Amino acid sequence: MGELITTLNQGFLTHLGATWGPPAWALAKAVVMVLMVMVPVLVFVLYFQLVERWVIGWMQVRRGPNRVTFFGIKALGGFAQPIADAIKLLIKEQVVPSGANKWLFLLAPAISVIPAMAVWAVIPFTPDWVIANVDASILVVLAMTSMGVYGVIIAGWASNSKYAFIGALRSAAQVVSYEIAMGFALVGALMAAGTLNLTQAVARQDGPYGALEWFWVPLLPLFLIQFISGVAETNRHPFDVAEGESEIVAGPLVEYSGMTWSMFFLAEYANMLLVTALSALLFLGGWLSPFPKSWPLLGEPGIWWLLAKMLALMMVFVWIRASFPRYRYDQIMRLGWKIFIPITIVWIVVVGLMLMDPVRDWPVINWWFGSQHAG
Amino acid sequence: MTFHALLFYTFAAVLLFSGLRVITAKNPVHAALFLVLAFVTAAGLWILLYAEFLALTLILVYVGAVMVLFLFVVMMLDINFDKLREGFWQHLPVAATVAVLMVAQMGLLLWAKMGFSGVVSPGGPPPGVSNTRELGRVLYTDYLLPFELAAVVLLIAMIAAIALTHRGKRAVKAQDVAAQVRVRSEDRLKIVKMDAEKPDAANEEAAPKA
Repeated sequence: MGELITTLNQGFLTHLGATWGPPAWALAKAVVMVLMVMVPVLVFVLYFQLVERWVIGWMQVRRGPNRVTFFGIKALGGFAQPIADAIKLLIKEQVVPSGANKWLFLLAPAISVIPAMAVWAVIPFTPDWVIANVDASILVVLAMTSMGVYGVIIAGWASNSKYAFIGALRSAAQVVSYEIAMGFALVGALMAAGTLNLTQAVARQDGPYGALEWFWVPLLPLFLIQFISGVAETNRHPFDVAEGESEIVAGPLVEYSGMTWSMFFLAEYANMLLVTALSALLFLGGWLSPFPKSWPLLGEPGIWWLLAKMLALMMVFVWIRASFPRYRYDQIMRLGWKIFIPITIVWIVVVGLMLMDPVRDWPVINWWFGSQHAG
Repeated sequence: MTFHALLFYTFAAVLLFSGLRVITAKNPVHAALFLVLAFVTAAGLWILLYAEFLALTLILVYVGAVMVLFLFVVMMLDINFDKLREGFWQHLPVAATVAVLMVAQMGLLLWAKMGFSGVVSPGGPPPGVSNTRELGRVLYTDYLLPFELAAVVLLIAMIAAIALTHRGKRAVKAQDVAAQVRVRSEDRLKIVKMDAEKPDAANEEAAPKA
């Protein structure tokens, strides 16, 4: 599978760089490559929301969705729920509120979904399985995620509704605040990796000691802050004041129904998955095995390790949602500006010191940074 | 036409259109959104020039942060559109003169440099050279002093903005998280030991009312 992708990749890139070539062929290859990443992401989003409802149900001593089955087989109770939901959303009526700005109102869901999907072009799943292995992939990820907030802002403004507008303003301020903490946490990670490329950043975490070689150990504060900022940036519990059902009913989503609403939903889950992918790649060794290299089968790297790490982090999202009450707005701002940003700045200095010449060769620090790459 | 050229003309056309709409759009929110589109297409043009670090930073900083806050403010302003358009014809001559001067100046500059013969793309960097790394190296060695001075100027602007808008401490009810964390249950709750019932309650009830 990986080799197939590489050949497709090279073929596509040569066509892009040179003249048109046979454009239809290049286009077909590009479409196949994109589908091989996009379809798994979409299926995951579809089924993860079922898993999320199950897990939250179990945490609250309920059963969760268990009625909709395939062919009436009882053991499959609930497995057809996402499909039933999708059909329901597809055939629902689209309502555009009177006084709304129609073009922007319908454009907003697209604006929130497009960056959320486009980011996956630079996310590597194995050293070869990546649509575009660009030099500055971390920057591409940051740039794309920073555009996602426009969907919510435009939706809130174009809806011509007070609640939607308040939600949009809250979301804008919150995302901008947490992007700084997120950016600084990633700066620390890329300093440690010495590269902006995600594939190389994973390669730098390789070593004989498995999980202890990964960057989560020397960058523990940054890892935690990156993940929590990710929760805040995706407007998830306990930072979901932008939706805040109990105060502003659903914020920017009040006026949306059917497919347009589900596009926001899709973008939110794709963004969550992206946050976990970033954490797994930059701090948890990506596709590397947590076990020592010398172990026969368990020490092998592979895509399953990356998927397992992402799934585990997604579960943390669900646990947080089921466990914590919502933050008040001033508490969110305090956490972002007064706690996360100072900690990340201090830790960037600490990482800089660890990378300096004499310190770098000290016994334990040598594990993470030593001799793997030169300044 | 190469794919590269097609991309260039597409981005350039969208950039010109959105730039024009920024100044002609009637609704300021639409104008701000067209400005966002202009930034994104400009970033696309920079990527075609192999300046990927600058392009992505443009999106990250201007599209992702500056324009979000800009929209934030524009959306909240109560703008009177008629008042905005007042005196358009009165100011037109001066504005047109300034615009013509600026266009002429830019045209002359470009002509002196390129002579309108078409600009040759600098071509990709040699393999193994990272745009980001080179930029960082130059900024922190050859241009360290100007770079740090720019940082200080930005810091001063930030402090000045806060100083100008700060109106002293208002009487707000803010919570002191440190104090909240320090609180122990003994500070809040006092448990008083007492018997479940008074010892002679039964007797009193049985006694006849006087």
